[in-house]
Parts: sequence; structure tokens; C-alpha cells
Amino acid sequence: MEEEIKPDRKINIKGLVCPYTFVKAKLAVEDMEVGEVLEILLDYEEASRSIPKSMEDHGQKVLKVEKINDTDWILVIRKEKE
Amino acid sequence: MSEFTEDQLQRYSRHIILPEVGGKGQKKLLTAKVFIIGAGGLGCPVGYYLAAAGIGTIAIIDNDEVELSNLQRQIAHSVKTLGKPKVESAKNTFESLNPDVNVIALKQRISKDNIMGLIKDYDIVIDGSDNFPTRYLVNDACVMAGKPLVSGAILRFEGQVTTIIPGEGHCYRCLFEEMPPAGLVPSCQEAGVLGVLPGVIGSLQATEVLKLILGKGDVLKNELLIYNALKTTFRKVKVPKNPDCPVCGKNPTITELLDYDAEYCTMQ
Repeated sequence: MEEEIKPDRKINIKGLVCPYTFVKAKLAVEDMEVGEVLEILLDYEEASRSIPKSMEDHGQKVLKVEKINDTDWILVIRKEKE
Repeated sequence: MSEFTEDQLQRYSRHIILPEVGGKGQKKLLTAKVFIIGAGGLGCPVGYYLAAAGIGTIAIIDNDEVELSNLQRQIAHSVKTLGKPKVESAKNTFESLNPDVNVIALKQRISKDNIMGLIKDYDIVIDGSDNFPTRYLVNDACVMAGKPLVSGAILRFEGQVTTIIPGEGHCYRCLFEEMPPAGLVPSCQEAGVLGVLPGVIGSLQATEVLKLILGKGDVLKNELLIYNALKTTFRKVKVPKNPDCPVCGKNPTITELLDYDAEYCTMQ
């Protein structure tokens, strides 16, 4: 049963590579309140794996990792802790 | 607070991705103000790494000029700055590494008459001096001003680091109440020092400073860290706060700064 999650904030980090993909994602999460949801659009494949892993290491919740076309991914992260 | 520039995002990316630093921690570093005593063996690596870390304001005080014999360990200076004030040489080096940093070069001697005014506007003091009168002056002034002090010392193959948080932990006089008698203690000039040793000790001091600013981890409060470069050993010694300490104890006998140099006239 999949529930549609409405992001509180969206960032587009297409064109960026590691570590700037995670830098941008992390700064976005830092600016949000606990419980808010971030949607990240990216096209760097490695980051589609590394960002979810790093977010979980930092205590955040990964709600979705989805390849939406040949080049792009959508990640959805919920902020769980400061 | 203003956002990071693209250059700053790149420059500090390896900090920002650390959970203990992040964007918020990096902004703390960028607004911090530190005061370094000495632009020599310790002051060079301390200032160099703090500049790299993006500490917003770094004041550095030293009255000497760069000499060839300094270059074996004082890595902020170079053959291009021989004869120039050490603080100018250090300022150029630190600001070349990171233009975000404002380096305030103070070419003067620190003394009981100027120290309180000089350190007043800074968050943390770092002692990289090479003599006991300055070490005790800086300790007493920091205790009286309530300024955190990261103290380092080197001789031959051995170095020490300790972090003094007035009101919370020990101070230098809890550890060594009085200065050792003049003539008993060799200065660096007389005793020699392995050139890389201040790099190790200065880097440890810079690490303590960053943790104090970030409010993360543990610092060397109530502890003295001793590094022996010949044996490659690190030893931590407990230094309890002395309730009878003449400067930070319950009934201090030193309540104003002394004429430290007079007791120590054989050392310049």
C-alpha cells in the first residue's frame, strides 16, 4: 500500500557529482524542520545509492528511491533528527 | 545568516558532509574569532589549519622577523619572507590559502599591560609561545578574562597540549604552580627541536580549537596530552583542578597580572 507523500521542499541537483550532491542535499535537510519531507532530483547514478545511505547514517528516513527515466532519479527523504 | 557561495560549498564540502560539522558547524567556524600567541613553530601550523578550516578571524601576535633558522619548522614562512615580520609572513600565507579568513597581524610583544585589551574580543586563545613568562602571563590573563585557552609546548622530541576552560577545568598553574627557575630550563634555541614536532602539536591544538567552536567531542580539559616523537607514544595525564590554585582556586592570591619577565630576565 503506497501512500503519496507530498514533499515540503524540492531540490534539483542534476549535473552535480559527489560530494556536492550530498552537500546540497544535506544543507537542504539542515534547513528543514523535523518531520518535513525533501524531494531530490538528480542524474548522477552513484548519488542515487550514496545519498540514501548517507542520509540513513545521519539518522534521516529514506522514503523513496525511484529511477524516473534513462538519466534521472527521484529520492524522497524525511527529516527525522536535527 | 547568508548562504554559502558556490566556492565555499566546494571549499568546505568535506566539512559540511560530516554529521558533527554540517552547514551549521561550518557557519560557526566562519564567524569564530581566535587569537594566536606566537607565529613560530606552533603558531604556523595552528594558524594554517585554522585558516584552511575557515575560521573567520585569526589574530596572530609576534614581535620577531623571519630568520633562516626558523624555516626548519615554521612552515608559514619562506625564503621570500626572510627578514620580514613573522606576523606579516603568516598573514600572507594564511590568506593565500583561504581568502575567507581575515588575519590580523600584530607585530608587538604581548605583555601584562596589553594582553587583556588584545584578547577581549576573541572567543578562544591559543598559546604557541616558546617561553615560561609568556605561558604564565597568558594562563593568568585567560583565567581572569574567562577565555578558553589551548596551550601547546614543544622541546626536543616531546610536546604537550592542554585545554583550559576557566571556571570548568584546571589551569596551567594547577599543573605547574610556579615558573621553573630561570637558567634551569633550556629554551628552544638552546635545546633543539625536531622540525616536525610543532606540526604534530600545533595540529592537535587546532583540533581542540575546532571542537570548542563546534561544541563537539571531548577536549583536553583536566588533562595534559604528552607526545613523544622518538618513541611514538601519546600519554594522557589527569590534571585535576587545584582548589588552592593561586589563580583559579577558591581564594586566589594572584588577582592581577604580574611582571612575569622580571623574574625571568635571562630569557628574552
